[in-house]
Amino acid sequence: MRATVGLILLAVIGVGVGISLLAIPFGAPKTEIGDYYIENAREDTGATNVVTSVVVGYRAFDTLGEVTVLFVAALGLGAVLATAGGKRGRSGVEPASLILSAGNIFLFPLILLFGAYIFTHGHLTPGGGFQGGAVIASAFLLVYLSSPGKRINESGATLTESVSGLVFVAIGLLGLTYGTHYFLANFLPKGTLNTLFSAGIIPVIYCAIGLKVGSELAGVVDNLMEETE
Amino acid sequence: MIIIVSLLVLAMLVAAVAALIYRDLLSAVIASCLVSLLASILFFFLQAPDVAMAEASIGAALVTAIFVIAIRRTKRYEE
Amino acid sequence: MSFLHDYVYYIGAFGLVAIGLLIILVKRNLIKLIIGLSILDTGVNMFLISVGYINRGTAPIFSRPGLEPDGMVDPVPQALVLTAIVIGVAILALALALAVRFYKSYGTLDLRKAKELRW
Repeated sequence: MRATVGLILLAVIGVGVGISLLAIPFGAPKTEIGDYYIENAREDTGATNVVTSVVVGYRAFDTLGEVTVLFVAALGLGAVLATAGGKRGRSGVEPASLILSAGNIFLFPLILLFGAYIFTHGHLTPGGGFQGGAVIASAFLLVYLSSPGKRINESGATLTESVSGLVFVAIGLLGLTYGTHYFLANFLPKGTLNTLFSAGIIPVIYCAIGLKVGSELAGVVDNLMEETE
Repeated sequence: MIIIVSLLVLAMLVAAVAALIYRDLLSAVIASCLVSLLASILFFFLQAPDVAMAEASIGAALVTAIFVIAIRRTKRYEE
Repeated sequence: MSFLHDYVYYIGAFGLVAIGLLIILVKRNLIKLIIGLSILDTGVNMFLISVGYINRGTAPIFSRPGLEPDGMVDPVPQALVLTAIVIGVAILALALALAVRFYKSYGTLDLRKAKELRW
């Protein structure tokens, strides 16, 4: 019964979508604003990766809001799972095999380094703070898998997260004091194209986002693994 | 090129259907991880390397891990 | 072949949306519902990216000095999807935490059985 109703509803939606899709040809240019960004991103922001200059340059305020959403979700997850006064710990977890725990010793610093590389080069190559942060969180996931009893340093993670969030906001406020006087204005020199120290505030903000996303996602995994009885 | 893309799309849809019909939740999660992985390859073919990277590191790795942890804390089979 | 070239990404994207929607409509297990949500999410992201594609376009990155801005794909949908993926994982983690909590108080993941129980 339920499956039939679902299938009928899907068929109706499918026909409607199929008709409307005929008006959107695949592979044809569509938006004006995209052309504007591609033409002017290099002079405006100094970053060679146009996606990065849209995310952290033109629409940096959106990104601040998005980081806030991520923070609120992590906070909500902690609040939902927390039980007052219960004892904490992970029970019934088998110890990891030798391959996993030995491989972790060698791989953990390399994965951290790779994540840091991704978010420091976000304005030059594909990647950026969100991807680098996810790579760092997966390094911590590997630690949890290889040694189940281990916890991350909670105060260290909180400190990293708050400091990087504050850096993002502080850079935005410093933009108010400079030249054009708007939030998140680029007040650092843009440098030469295609070098590491270029694009003004973009690499700084992306480093802050990378550290924030990495510590937040590692905290999410840590909270979910916690057994509270 | 178009043949490879079509095969990838087909494999992605098959993996999504597998996630629909498996009654073992762990298998369904692995099938949805496969959907994310193939979607990441398709994002790369659509000239979006940033998105492909995000989908591979977040969609295929972290989401699967979070699902597996949640299944370990609840029940494995759908009744 | 031309039909395939024009529509294969759209078929993939809306196939994922349809299957995700079907899982949400038909299944009653909470974790299965969240799997459907994640598949739906991937489908919507894939549709946005394929709308931004331009035939024989290149990625919007000026990695070499000689690259021309003419044939680059649209960067705006890519920036949108990049943020959508990260928001998606946050929402998924929150939903799974609620599912774990639900299991703890009802002892089941089935929505039908929970309806009969009262607080």
